[in-house]
Amino acid sequence: MKKNRKLIINGVLAVAVYVLVMVLVNTGMLTRQLMSLIIPCCTYTMLAVSLSLVVGFLGELSLGHAAFLSIGAYAGALVLKLELPIWIGLPAALLVGGAAAGILGVIIGMPVLRLRGDYLAIVTLGFGEIIKSVFNAMTPITGGAKGLSQIPLVTTYRNFTPVYILTVLTILVVAHLVNSRHGRAVCAIRDNYIAAEAVGIPVSRYKILAFVVAAVLAGMAGVVYAGNIGILKPTNFDYNTSIEILVMVVLGGMGNIGGTVAAALILRILPELLRNVSNYRMLIYAIALIAMMLFNNSSFKRTLVEKRNLRQAEKIQKEG
Amino acid sequence: MINLNYLKEENIMKKVKKVVGTAASVLAAAAMVSSSAFAAETFLIGGIGPLTGSAASYGTSVMQGAQIAIDEINAAGGVTVGDTTYEFAMEFADDEASEEMAPQAYNSLMDQGINVVMGCVTSGACIAIVDQTYADGILQITPSGSAEGCIANDNAFRICFSDPEQGTAMADYMVNTMGITKIAVIYNAADEYSTGIQAAFEEQVAANGGEIVASEAFQTGDVDFNTQLTTIRGTDAEAIYVPAYYQDATYITSQAADMGMELPFFGSDGWDGVIATATDVANVEGCIFTSPFCASVDDPKVVAFVDAYEEAYGSTPDQFAADAYDTVYTFKAAMEQAGSIESADMIAAMTEITVEGLTGDSITFDESGAPVKDIRFVTVKDGAYAYVEE
Repeated sequence: MKKNRKLIINGVLAVAVYVLVMVLVNTGMLTRQLMSLIIPCCTYTMLAVSLSLVVGFLGELSLGHAAFLSIGAYAGALVLKLELPIWIGLPAALLVGGAAAGILGVIIGMPVLRLRGDYLAIVTLGFGEIIKSVFNAMTPITGGAKGLSQIPLVTTYRNFTPVYILTVLTILVVAHLVNSRHGRAVCAIRDNYIAAEAVGIPVSRYKILAFVVAAVLAGMAGVVYAGNIGILKPTNFDYNTSIEILVMVVLGGMGNIGGTVAAALILRILPELLRNVSNYRMLIYAIALIAMMLFNNSSFKRTLVEKRNLRQAEKIQKEG
Repeated sequence: MINLNYLKEENIMKKVKKVVGTAASVLAAAAMVSSSAFAAETFLIGGIGPLTGSAASYGTSVMQGAQIAIDEINAAGGVTVGDTTYEFAMEFADDEASEEMAPQAYNSLMDQGINVVMGCVTSGACIAIVDQTYADGILQITPSGSAEGCIANDNAFRICFSDPEQGTAMADYMVNTMGITKIAVIYNAADEYSTGIQAAFEEQVAANGGEIVASEAFQTGDVDFNTQLTTIRGTDAEAIYVPAYYQDATYITSQAADMGMELPFFGSDGWDGVIATATDVANVEGCIFTSPFCASVDDPKVVAFVDAYEEAYGSTPDQFAADAYDTVYTFKAAMEQAGSIESADMIAAMTEITVEGLTGDSITFDESGAPVKDIRFVTVKDGAYAYVEE
């Protein structure tokens, strides 16, 4: 019963957000600046939620998420450039982008996921740089340093609906995976690797599962990214991008999907809202970031959360 | 037949309104004349470029160079189009040189009601907004976006040379003018500017009957070029062409000197600034590079600009600042030629104007949006920049 209610609430919320955005866009109540933020918000939500599967639930630090984003973006963009009608072109691009990222996820996951913690972080970091160099070198296909341009703009805010559906699907996939039997196994690996192995959980398999699912979702986000900007350059997918996504996951609270979504939105919108303070924009953004991280770890927040939990418990008791 | 419609009530009302309107505008015009200094309308230029991140110096230069031009124009009484005098103003939005941020920066400027777009400063960011500016029908002039895609649409123009143009010009100069036929190239394979020039250069050298004896690549951030130089030493190259930025040129020239190589160096406009970073100026003495602007040449226009810039910002302007300065004057010329501040009229006027700029004596624009101006060659002579005497 409780689970159903939560599902209904989330469903209503998802529809409400959709209706709100559509109304705002179609009535022209949004400024153009905010309108151009809609798709990046969706893209980064997908990226952050998919990375939270690896970092938050599997408990492994990956610094190469931008690589999956880029392979999805490039593969998808090449499909989009075939100029198929959108109703077949976009799904095909998403499929190819997701598949390319997934395959790469398996190739990377196999050797890399034998490593743990810091080692994994460094290897994924290096892997991200390799992918970037490969895109630089494959000039005939990817345009090299000049970038791949003239990608049809099929996922701008005018095509919000498919992008939004994809974003919601990403969140659903991750949320359901986490709550499933497989997800519990993944969390068990995070909580105690040795114990998980001892009770017979095939650790390597589950690690690769989480890694590949995250890669596929990031690859699809990459297609949306490509279709919104129209030009892809290898330099856009360096470790800074990976770190930016990681910051969203950390800020949202490890293993907290709702928090991750909120953090992704805040970190995308905040720099734009700060344009008025021109020269101090990045300074204030950085300070805000530090403040949010401190708040996230403060005893003040813990008290707040405890109070909320207490209230909820009381409510349930009353109902019971 | 007499048109009786004339007597209809709404027509009379229209007439009354028209008369009142005319009277009001006459009064307003009178008021304007009496206080003309304050009544100038504002013509808002929307600048887009990186103010933060690794390319921040380019965006800052563009912003400051444009501001010098704007202040000059306003001090001289603004721009008069028809009966209205416009004062220039600028809003500058940071795009971090990123394709992701550029559309947001552009849209934030559109929310503020800009009249024209100056930007983006970097090629990739510029390409990311060209379709949007085209859809909006706004005049866009990029001071320094050198990729071909920056001016793909009819509403977009640029001030700087494209990358291939620089490579082609240098190839013509080296092979045809200097008579050098065996040339080695060192370029940055991870940089679109460098690869853009290198590709056109090698093609043109071949077309001119020269030969590329070595084409050596490096990556952004490399500081050791001994491998590339050693390879080149093993060939019969007569000169080395380095289409790259001055930091790279600094390392390459000093390491070549350490190896005892005495081949002459040629470069692209990214070399501007190499004297300041060279460990020993003798290393770059005699090198020749293509450049649209050189702050230390003896030209009254340039001297005035450099003085104003140094006074305002305490630093020497680079080519980005000069490009931006010319961009603002191009807007002015287009407004005056069009007799309008509507983008559509200004775009139509762009091919008819001539701009006396810092980066070219008389710059005109062709149909494609590219500038037509002489390419200049700068050399280092007695430890200072000087134009090559032809």
